Amino acid sequence: MVAFWHGLGTTLRLLTRNPVGFIGFLGVVFFIVLSFVVPHLVPLDRTTKIDQVYAAASWQHPLGTDFSGRDVLSHVIHGGRDVLTIAFLAGAISTLIAVTLGSLSALAGGTVDSAIMGLADIVLTIPQFPLLIVLAGLLRFNSVVILAVILGLLSWPSLTRAIRAQVLSLRERDFVEAARALDLGTRHIILREIMPNMASYLVVSLIFAMTAAVYAQVGLVFLGLVPLSGTNWGVMLQLAWTKGAIFYPKALWYIMGPVLAIALFQLALVFASRSLEEVFNPRLRTGV
Amino acid sequence: MQSGSRLGSDHIRDETTLAVRDLWVTYQARRGAVKAVRGVSFDIRLGETIAFIGESGCGKTTLGLALIRLLPKTATIARGGVTYARNGVDADVLAMDPNALREFRWKECAMIFQGAQNAFNPVLRIRDQVWDTARAHGESDSQRIRTRMLELFRLVSLDPERAMNAYPHELSGGMRQRVLLALGLLLDPQLIILDEPTTALDILTQRSVIEVLRNLRQQLDFSLILISHDLSLAAELTDRVGTMYAGALVEVADVMDTYYRPYHPYTIGLIRAVPTLSGARRDLISIPGSPPDLIEPPTGCSFHPRCPYATAPCDKAQPGLETVGLNHQVACWNWQTVIADQGARLATEAARRD
Amino acid sequence: MAPIMQLVNLSRSFKVGRATVHAVDDVTLSIHEGEVVCLVGESGCGKTTTGKMAVGLLRPSSGEVRFRGQDIWKMNTRDFRVYRQAAQIIHQDPYSSLNPTQTVADIISAPLLRHGAARSRHAARDQVAELLHRVDMTPPDDYLDKYPHQLSGGQRQRVSVARALTVNPSFIMADEAVSMLDVSIRVSLLKMLGRFRSEMGMTYLFITHDLAVAKFFAWDGRIAVMYLGRVVEIGPTARLIGHPQHPYTQALLSALPEADPVATRQKERVQLRSMDVPSLMNIPRGCSFHPRCLLFEPGLCDVAAPQLVDIGHATEVACHVLARQHGLQ
Repeated sequence: MVAFWHGLGTTLRLLTRNPVGFIGFLGVVFFIVLSFVVPHLVPLDRTTKIDQVYAAASWQHPLGTDFSGRDVLSHVIHGGRDVLTIAFLAGAISTLIAVTLGSLSALAGGTVDSAIMGLADIVLTIPQFPLLIVLAGLLRFNSVVILAVILGLLSWPSLTRAIRAQVLSLRERDFVEAARALDLGTRHIILREIMPNMASYLVVSLIFAMTAAVYAQVGLVFLGLVPLSGTNWGVMLQLAWTKGAIFYPKALWYIMGPVLAIALFQLALVFASRSLEEVFNPRLRTGV
Repeated sequence: MQSGSRLGSDHIRDETTLAVRDLWVTYQARRGAVKAVRGVSFDIRLGETIAFIGESGCGKTTLGLALIRLLPKTATIARGGVTYARNGVDADVLAMDPNALREFRWKECAMIFQGAQNAFNPVLRIRDQVWDTARAHGESDSQRIRTRMLELFRLVSLDPERAMNAYPHELSGGMRQRVLLALGLLLDPQLIILDEPTTALDILTQRSVIEVLRNLRQQLDFSLILISHDLSLAAELTDRVGTMYAGALVEVADVMDTYYRPYHPYTIGLIRAVPTLSGARRDLISIPGSPPDLIEPPTGCSFHPRCPYATAPCDKAQPGLETVGLNHQVACWNWQTVIADQGARLATEAARRD
Repeated sequence: MAPIMQLVNLSRSFKVGRATVHAVDDVTLSIHEGEVVCLVGESGCGKTTTGKMAVGLLRPSSGEVRFRGQDIWKMNTRDFRVYRQAAQIIHQDPYSSLNPTQTVADIISAPLLRHGAARSRHAARDQVAELLHRVDMTPPDDYLDKYPHQLSGGQRQRVSVARALTVNPSFIMADEAVSMLDVSIRVSLLKMLGRFRSEMGMTYLFITHDLAVAKFFAWDGRIAVMYLGRVVEIGPTARLIGHPQHPYTQALLSALPEADPVATRQKERVQLRSMDVPSLMNIPRGCSFHPRCLLFEPGLCDVAAPQLVDIGHATEVACHVLARQHGLQ
């Protein structure tokens, strides 16, 4: 237990080493708190106030109001939950698929390798967005989980290729050969020898899978293809479009709310990936 | 079959070509300042070949780079002087401005780095890279350069036309090394620095490079600084040897003295740890311990924690180089004890050899 | 009793694009228990590939690797496991032979835990400490929780050796195990490996390009010289160093510079007919050394590859001219 807290402390200390990375890390934490904790404290403004349509920012409404006079800030607060959940889930699913298929492909070689890479190539050549649109018409994207799974299933090919390349090069390393000579077993080799040496690579892959998922889902919601109920940043943008807010100069505050939220979240993710090298590289951990 | 000749010292002139005084070089690392070169002083005369030997981290490469002022940005020359003399005119290398430095490098002093044979531009033919180098150092007469290169290629046992027109990957490692030697001699420098010229080369290839170097020294007039951890290379080519340990020069002596009558405990340990092919199998002895941390070196003599002759004064102050014989300097507080101790053992070995 | 390791007509080729590289060609070698055999040669001669086939990390293209008389690639699973643990490797590069994300304790306890020699991480620590003692890393507690990058090259090699010892091997293939270490440290590592021979009867296949090291380590053993994938000479160390028979061995020994100025400057140098090293994709017909060999005889040396023949003094050479001189051809 003590070791756990000690490790956590070390990790936090390491994160501060890279200023950009630390800012990113804080940003991600901020959005998580904003989307999952704050909604319990700040109620969603559902009341229509005709006299306050597209009001500018003020102390009462720090991000202005929308087309119904509702407070934009409260919508931004409540709007992150779906976006973040889908991002984490889709990113995790595609990374998991990529790690499994990528390492299998690299270690098995031969026909297995060719088969998996062939499949990856096929999926890669399919235009993603039109496919999503078609799927939206065929299936019902009415749940966060289904959307996350679909997005995850579509973005594994390029990740798989990259992971396969990493595993292929790690496989040739002397310490992996020594593990083979010592008869440590394939499972040990993958989990204890190869994966830990790819840890930072894996987390970076996860982060970029997440950013891709955010854009994909926002795009889909914006086009109105995903009948997700509730409020989320994508829905806010979609409503901005359908309600004609983009033609109305005073509605700038309404549009900027979700746009800034999305952009800043993406930025935080990318910045956070910078400090990962510090966390996972033992050479940097021990300060030598 | 040809036999190597025993080198006399008649090719060495009295004039000094390079004088180094109390040179200190430090690197800035996260943990602190790494004192890579500590108070090194030596002279090199015209036509002389001197080797700086030592193991990893002893500072020999840093020393070489410092002489030609090609240290990385994290390194600074904290103290000391490097004076280059030609035709009676002295120049302070450390004070040179960029233009003077460009004139100095390659025209007066050429350096061939470790692993340079792999640093060729793969998409340019050798002749283009030669031309680029010559032009970068102010030469513009292409005809003259071409003639000189062909002549130098012949001197290093390369087929001139073939080598000139080849791409780097078409030449073997040994051939590329010889191209570099020729390139180094292009502008007729007075001093050449070679950093590990034969490491990573096969035995037979290594032999051809050594013979080429020997040939070049006999035919041309230049001083040579050899930086290497390979004691056998130094034994082949040098007139004098400087042993480096933890950034300091601990012994400077004639090549025969270094190998047959070493007086510094580290040099002694080094010679006794290297196996030779000729003669009976002798027992080798390793030096216990490991090289010191250069950020916080031991107090006093940096070798004392591993030294079998260490006594009380050894951990108080770093000894300087003292002259203990003809052309023989040692940095050791207990050199008299060491000499006496080695005396009997070395006498019997020398008698067996002569 | 059968030799512990036998390489029988061992060959290995690789496909590089459309060309085939014959890295190892028809190598036959027997090693007895407790013996040291050094495999020497220049880069590309196939010594590392041969070594890796001997410890089962590479499958031969043809030929057999026999461990205690049994072909390893025809063994049943149980026997292969026994062989697997009995034959270990020490790599050349101390900076890539240890997993940078594991501590010394992790690295050495992994095989102990895997093969049931220890029941828990905690119990394994004592055994790890004992192994560190055996490789002269004392006090062990100073090293148990260190990461590889915190150790020196020599210390890392010792950890590699300790790791190999966890499975009680009887055969170790050391692939240039000291080439990347400082000279003053090489000796202590070589002596340590030598100690295991007297303590445990360890057998070594020691691969090196440095004949002086081979002479020191295998003084009471044998040296096999390889050239372009084939063994050209094999014999007792003292004999091979003092009276090399094969022209290539003679060229190698004469070309080696030595840390002895008088000896090295007075050495007679063998001149070869050509300095070009043939590429492995284009091995000369007949005896692969013939384009460079001073004994070359057209019609004899460029037709068929010579086999190893016994020419006395426990020495075998692969040379048509020498075979004829000894009345064997």
